[in-house]
Amino acid sequence: MAYTIKVNGNERTADVDGDTPLLWVLRDIFQLTGTKFGCGVSLCGACTVHQDGNPIRSCITPIDSIGASAITTIEAIGATEAGAKIQKAWLVTETPQCGYCQSGQIMSATALLAGNPHPSDSDIDDAMTGNICRCGTYGRIREAIKLAANDAGAVKQGG
Amino acid sequence: MFLDIESSGAFSVASAAPSRRQFIKVSAAAGGGLLLGFHLPGAALADAAKTGAFAGFAPNAFVRIGRDGKTAIIVAQVEMGQGTFTAMPMLVAEELEVGLDQISVEQAPPDDKLYANPLLGFQVTGGSTSVRALWKPLLTAGAVARTLLIKAAAEEWKVDPSTLHAEKGEVIDKASGRKLAYGALADKAATYPAPDQVPLKDPKDFKLVGTPAKRVDTPLKVNGSAKYGIDVILPGMKFADVAACPTFGGKLKSVNDEKAKAVRGVRQIVKLDDAVAVIADHYGAAKKGLAALEIEWDDGPNAKFSQDELIAQMKQAATLDGAVGEKAGDAAKAIAGAARKFDAVYEQPFLAHAALEPQNCTVHARKDGCDIWTGTQVITRAQAVSAKVLGLPVEKVQVHNHLIGGGFGRRLDVDAIAQAVAIAKQVEGPVKVIWSREEDIQHDVYRPYYYDVLSAGLDDKGVVAGFSHRVVGSSILARWAPPLFKNGLDSDAVEGGSGPYSFDNLLVDYVRHEPPAGMTTGWWRGVGSTHNSFMVEGFVDELAAAAKKDPVEFRRALLGKAPRAKAVLDLAAEKAGWGSPLPAGSGRGVSLIFAFGSYLAQVAEVAVAGDGSVQVTRIVAAFDCGRQVNPNTLKAQIEGGQIFGITAALYGGITLKDGRVEQTNFDSYQLLRINEAPKMETYFIESTEPPGGAGEPGTAGIAPAVVNAIFAATGKRLRKLPIDANALKSA
Repeated sequence: MAYTIKVNGNERTADVDGDTPLLWVLRDIFQLTGTKFGCGVSLCGACTVHQDGNPIRSCITPIDSIGASAITTIEAIGATEAGAKIQKAWLVTETPQCGYCQSGQIMSATALLAGNPHPSDSDIDDAMTGNICRCGTYGRIREAIKLAANDAGAVKQGG
Repeated sequence: MFLDIESSGAFSVASAAPSRRQFIKVSAAAGGGLLLGFHLPGAALADAAKTGAFAGFAPNAFVRIGRDGKTAIIVAQVEMGQGTFTAMPMLVAEELEVGLDQISVEQAPPDDKLYANPLLGFQVTGGSTSVRALWKPLLTAGAVARTLLIKAAAEEWKVDPSTLHAEKGEVIDKASGRKLAYGALADKAATYPAPDQVPLKDPKDFKLVGTPAKRVDTPLKVNGSAKYGIDVILPGMKFADVAACPTFGGKLKSVNDEKAKAVRGVRQIVKLDDAVAVIADHYGAAKKGLAALEIEWDDGPNAKFSQDELIAQMKQAATLDGAVGEKAGDAAKAIAGAARKFDAVYEQPFLAHAALEPQNCTVHARKDGCDIWTGTQVITRAQAVSAKVLGLPVEKVQVHNHLIGGGFGRRLDVDAIAQAVAIAKQVEGPVKVIWSREEDIQHDVYRPYYYDVLSAGLDDKGVVAGFSHRVVGSSILARWAPPLFKNGLDSDAVEGGSGPYSFDNLLVDYVRHEPPAGMTTGWWRGVGSTHNSFMVEGFVDELAAAAKKDPVEFRRALLGKAPRAKAVLDLAAEKAGWGSPLPAGSGRGVSLIFAFGSYLAQVAEVAVAGDGSVQVTRIVAAFDCGRQVNPNTLKAQIEGGQIFGITAALYGGITLKDGRVEQTNFDSYQLLRINEAPKMETYFIESTEPPGGAGEPGTAGIAPAVVNAIFAATGKRLRKLPIDANALKSA
């Protein structure tokens, strides 16, 4: 059947089976290819998008579970305050290498910062451990999140 | 290094390095303007006569300046995170006198004649060669373009060209203050023959090279707009999920596709000899369709093959005569006559690459031609294999290369491309074939299993009297570059087989032993150096302990002829606080390598818990890669390489059972995560030596530093990877 969902502020319709993962609807039908496929079973985080601001793994999220919730992808995350700060920090720190995982990293980091403006190291670990970076940019990811947090106007010492 | 460049004829530096006689061609560019191409002797001397074919239009160039001033720098290498789309243009821009903000970067099409990697002989990105191979050619390309633009301005103004200089895309007459932009000079400059030689800048005058330039691809990678092969969208395209026979060397026996065809969106089932694919309107449907297939495989001759059988075979192979890789004095005699004798077997497992972008390839196969969209490190091989599968002439196959979501050597092979083309041959219109993660891990081209036997003798003062190292493993070169496999010797398999050390009595030799037919081994980040550094640096550490000497001091004493190696070792030790106390259960280990033209010393600190689990807490590295192009990228490559190597040391292991790979996804083939990443510090030695590679040394040297640190922490010596936590339990 046809499912109409809200993606990046727009109503979009896909005529697919209800168990089709959101990931493939976004990439193959809506042509939003910024969201990546890495593992298909929620182990790597490359497919992370936001559902009403919460990070979810789109590779295991069936389209029929979305309902009226709002989906946000990497293509639109810069329109949010936290997303813009995170993207800016990623640019300043030159975090990406191959870049393939970075959409997912940025989506997880944005959700972290939006809910916790001053994350500690262990907060960062908790929020980002589900996102694998095979190039090993973890040091810069951590640095970028802290930079974005500082950009929010306050610095938390230690942690 | 990647290939044994010094001894390998057609691939040698001597025959391929650009010289003053470098052939340079200038012609009018499409739409007017200056087109500058340069050809490398060895790669394309014969092409000189034919270059008319490219006149003005074909992208046979590294620099293109339009009348509108738009300047494109064409990069033959592919960007896979190493920063080559920034480093290569920096070299051209340095001598061309333009800023990185004034240029665009273009990916070169497949063309071995124009874009061969001078170190490797064809168009390939790998082996940490890009800067090493193209340093001088790209500086020269920029300098020639600048020289001709200045000449054009000098004629325009009727002044001596030596009174003019170039800056930020303009030629400037300092005396009068006149300026002309490059675009305005392009047509005139295009009419001149290229100079036989151009002087290059004294490196001390570099403005761009050596500065931490911002990468040109970063903005695309933070907003989701970067396009990898997997992101290609074509009108009317279909999507395919594929399953190859899980047993190496097996075949497809039969398929019941009734249920699969009933899945909404599934359009077609494609059978190959050893695989089956489901073609659908989107990948979700293809995947569901594949799961609904009832497949019967013919497992073939490897149906009962196991890891233990392979290791037993390798142990046996280790007793055969080896092909000599390195020899000095008489190692066997020196060891036999030494006061103390040591033997050890070191092993390393098969490894998958696990690039986060799984293997994928989009193909539009037609009767009269074919287009391929993918990310590959070997674009001309991708083109050739596709042409072969389709029975088409090579020139009828267009390959559109893309950003790569992780190469690490995996995309130096074209098996997945060949398979995608074979599938597409049976499909009307374009089809994007994507391997699931399980398929990617179970059908990789694996880093070989190595079973190495090391022996050494110490004299009564604890000095090494003799050192021997027998390497047993499969030969990547024999498959990948057959001319380089000579007299039974795989020069990559023995690369770094004696470390950076000077041994008076030395033997490094090699016995080839291949895994079961159908299982392919290939390049994996750090290649021969990753393999051998673990064996050598572990064993040297054992010798230091046996001689009751400090591991750093013991290594220092073996570095008589290597001042640069000594310098990185000393710097890493100093910055790490070598010798200072650590908490109980923690330890510090060192490793030292010379690889890819660079020197790297690494000190690892580990904490070993009571349950035997290992946390790498800190890495201090000292790196001498000669002259630097982009220090920012160098640091990223070293530190990312270390994470890659720590992942392998702690978790990496592909194992075989019943002819199949046992691992499937990131639960059984784990990758290091942010909470496990150590603190990392990288220190550089400023150098005016020729540039060395940076993409692989961090990976190559880190595992032995970790294992040596575990020894320091626990007294337990691990000679096999991945690290076995059970062996480290303190209870």
